Amino acid sequence: MANFETIVVETDLLILGGGMAACGAAVEAAHWARQNGLKVTLVDKAAVDRSGAVAMGLSAINQYVGLRDGKNTVKDYVDYVRNDLMGVTREDLVANIARHVDSTVHLFEKWGLPIWKDENGNYVHEGRWQLMINGESYKVVVAEAAKNALLAGNGKAVGEIYERIFIVGPLMDGERCAGAVGFSVREEKFYVFKAKATLVAMGGAVHVFKPRSSGEGMGRAWYPPWNSGSSAYFTLKAGAEMTCQEVRFIPVRFKDAYGPVGAWFLLFKSRATNAMGGEYMVERRAELENWAPYGRVKPIPANLRNYLGMLDVMEGKGPIYMRTEEAIKKIATTYKDDDKAYKKKMKELESEAWEDFLDMTISQAILWAGTNVQPEERSSEIAAAEPYFIGSHSGASGAWVSGPEDLQTDETKKEYFWGYAHMSTVPGLFCAGDASGASSHKFSSGSHAEGRAAAKAAVKFVVDNNTMPNLDAAALEALKEQILRPLDVYEQFKGATTDPEVNPNYIKPRMYMYRLQKLMDEYAAGITAQFTTNESLLNKALELLAFLKEDAEKLAASNLHELMRCWENVHRTWQAEAHVRTLLFREETRWPGYYYRADKPKIDDEQWHVFANCKYHPNTDQWEVLTRPILHIFPQPKEHELLGG
Amino acid sequence: MPSYVNPEKCDGCKALDKTACQHICPNDLMALDKVTMKAYNRDVTMCWECYNCVKICPTQAVEVRGYADFVPLGASATPMRSTDSIMWTVKFRNGTIKRFKFPIRTTPEGEAAPDGGFESPADLASPALFTEPASLGLPEVFTLKH
Ligand SMILES: Cc1cc2nc3c(=O)[nH]c(=O)nc-3n(C[C@H](O)[C@H](O)[C@H](O)COP(=O)(O)OP(=O)(O)OC[C@H]3O[C@@H](n4cnc5c(N)ncnc54)[C@H](O)[C@@H]3O)c2cc1C
Ligand code: SF4
Ligand code: SF4
Repeated sequence: MANFETIVVETDLLILGGGMAACGAAVEAAHWARQNGLKVTLVDKAAVDRSGAVAMGLSAINQYVGLRDGKNTVKDYVDYVRNDLMGVTREDLVANIARHVDSTVHLFEKWGLPIWKDENGNYVHEGRWQLMINGESYKVVVAEAAKNALLAGNGKAVGEIYERIFIVGPLMDGERCAGAVGFSVREEKFYVFKAKATLVAMGGAVHVFKPRSSGEGMGRAWYPPWNSGSSAYFTLKAGAEMTCQEVRFIPVRFKDAYGPVGAWFLLFKSRATNAMGGEYMVERRAELENWAPYGRVKPIPANLRNYLGMLDVMEGKGPIYMRTEEAIKKIATTYKDDDKAYKKKMKELESEAWEDFLDMTISQAILWAGTNVQPEERSSEIAAAEPYFIGSHSGASGAWVSGPEDLQTDETKKEYFWGYAHMSTVPGLFCAGDASGASSHKFSSGSHAEGRAAAKAAVKFVVDNNTMPNLDAAALEALKEQILRPLDVYEQFKGATTDPEVNPNYIKPRMYMYRLQKLMDEYAAGITAQFTTNESLLNKALELLAFLKEDAEKLAASNLHELMRCWENVHRTWQAEAHVRTLLFREETRWPGYYYRADKPKIDDEQWHVFANCKYHPNTDQWEVLTRPILHIFPQPKEHELLGG
Repeated sequence: MPSYVNPEKCDGCKALDKTACQHICPNDLMALDKVTMKAYNRDVTMCWECYNCVKICPTQAVEVRGYADFVPLGASATPMRSTDSIMWTVKFRNGTIKRFKFPIRTTPEGEAAPDGGFESPADLASPALFTEPASLGLPEVFTLKH
């Protein structure tokens, strides 16, 4: 076996990941840990300053309820999320995030994040729930507060941060989560983190499906290439029940560079039209009736908006254009009688439009500059990206976690509460952000807020269960052997060929990834399949996934970087399998702009107004797929309220 | 090529034990060639063009050339990041130049105080998070139970 030193770290609360949810968890945990004399350890595969989906920056905070202004209520947010997810949402979880998220946003502002203000000092809203920010350093600021919370304290730090450690999987003590194992991508060290409670916040997954670009541009997926399904793998392998694994997210964005469209639709009120000038949102309105009652709500659910555009494209009416020139002119015409004011407004709008890209999708700015696009002069194409797993955004995949006790009714409590908020079905294993499911639309701010709520509950768990779990030394050694195996496989067989990439004894992580992407694309409703699948195709996907999983034993790595790539792709494979099994299980089409089951082409609220959950049983190596009821904690809105009346 | 390194400007971060670009890349892409002591992007197909290596390089050696499989040549976006703002120069294929400046933070670097100055009266059993309810701007945290 490769000769790696084993480093054992013992801690009370282990936070896995360093993104929005993990930074929220760190800030919160530090406070309660200090009060209770506990230690907190955070581990990230990258540098916390610039890791996760917010590494580049963002131009908007997408969840702010504004409770203090009295305009919206917690229930309003829950209604919005449930409708957007076609009725499939855990109200208790969404409400828990919604009641805390404003506090998190107000902290961001204190920490130094510039939030746009109007002349009266109020936040500038992009839409009802969204705030405009100057967000280039969003992650830097949020990470700074987390680091200050954990590491400062005049020599009495409550925590420690490990960077560049790739977490592979869970450590278990019987049914209880006992920490995590991983390795350094910088030096030959194998890490064992023993913990009384573990909080998973390692983001969602990309590159499970074939991306639209196949050359250099492959890295420019909408979702950042460094989040590879580690949260899903970790929770599945621990034996945790998962939910909404079928609810992938497909964003419609500016074509190819995937620049954001939120500001264009919401702030600039732009229209999207097809090649003939037709507006699919108007021309195809009747189609929405087929997806009632959700087709009737306002705002129209994201997947249905996608779907109407996709119908245009499939009928050959593409490209679909964002009418940027029209939108900008319309705003500026208010000033048309005052030449100076008009010019000033145009300049301001131009700067806002470019900042939107430069803050969060710089590639889109390069693409515009490379094709000489000035948005005030010319429209730009938009298109559906490939499928991603991001439970914090408009997808919903993640672990099935307990809600808080005080947000349950007598009825929901039996189904949705088991002691600690945001704890999975595995004792001691907590999840937040993309790692927890059925609570979408938390975005950057809500993920941070959920990380905080989960961390507080996890500290409570440690106080109530203050014993260090036991680890079996032989099992640990076996894990180490398994995790380092790709290095051994490479060393053992590299001599069999003059080309290290082509060898009959092993597969390199890149080709392994291409194999996964091709099978998911073709059989599990990827882009080339127009997001369409059926039972036979899905069964074929499972058959090919089984071969792939066997070949995962033959992954080969020539260095630490490749070892990380090997494990990232194993993580993706498990995310893929959970997805395919749940697609197969849910015998209806509920989110047509995300995927379409051609053999079950209609929504079936009678049978399928339920959560589809799945679970991997580590002891028997079996999967189980099951339903859980959708219960409400708030009275349901009447149809006229759904319509915005 | 996504991010690439200008060999004339890169000094390998003076051979300190870790280079700035290597430290910051969220995808572990920037590596140092131990012979030339110059940095390089080891896998351009996995680069998000997040510009973190560009922004952090002390010698401005890292630049980005748009993805060649869909971006026509000749354009660039170049940042200059200071402690409180960022200045962008966007160069078009046709030669047009645009400049933009945006604020990036309102507090001095390093000084984000975790509690933001809000008090934390709650205890471990209550639904209130630390800094709440003050940081909500409300007298109490929303609950269904009273
Ligand atoms: C392109 C894009 C645009 C978005 N725009 C907005 C917006 O405008 N406004 C908004 O509010 N939200 C936006 N979001 C959503 C927001 O970014 C996410 O909701 C949020 O980042 C989720 O937080 P998280 O902590 O779950 O994941 P992340 O913030 O992605 O953090 C994941 C962390 O896990 C680490 N990690 C991953 N795997 C491992 C491993 N194996 N071992 C150790 N560490 C690991 C990563 O390095 C990272 O630190 C956007 C998201 C994307 C992708
Ligand atoms: S940060 Fe700049 S100078 Fe330092 S190694 Fe990287 S490219 Fe070279
Ligand atoms: S642009 Fe971002 S992803 Fe690409 S090499 Fe630089 S830091 Fe890494």
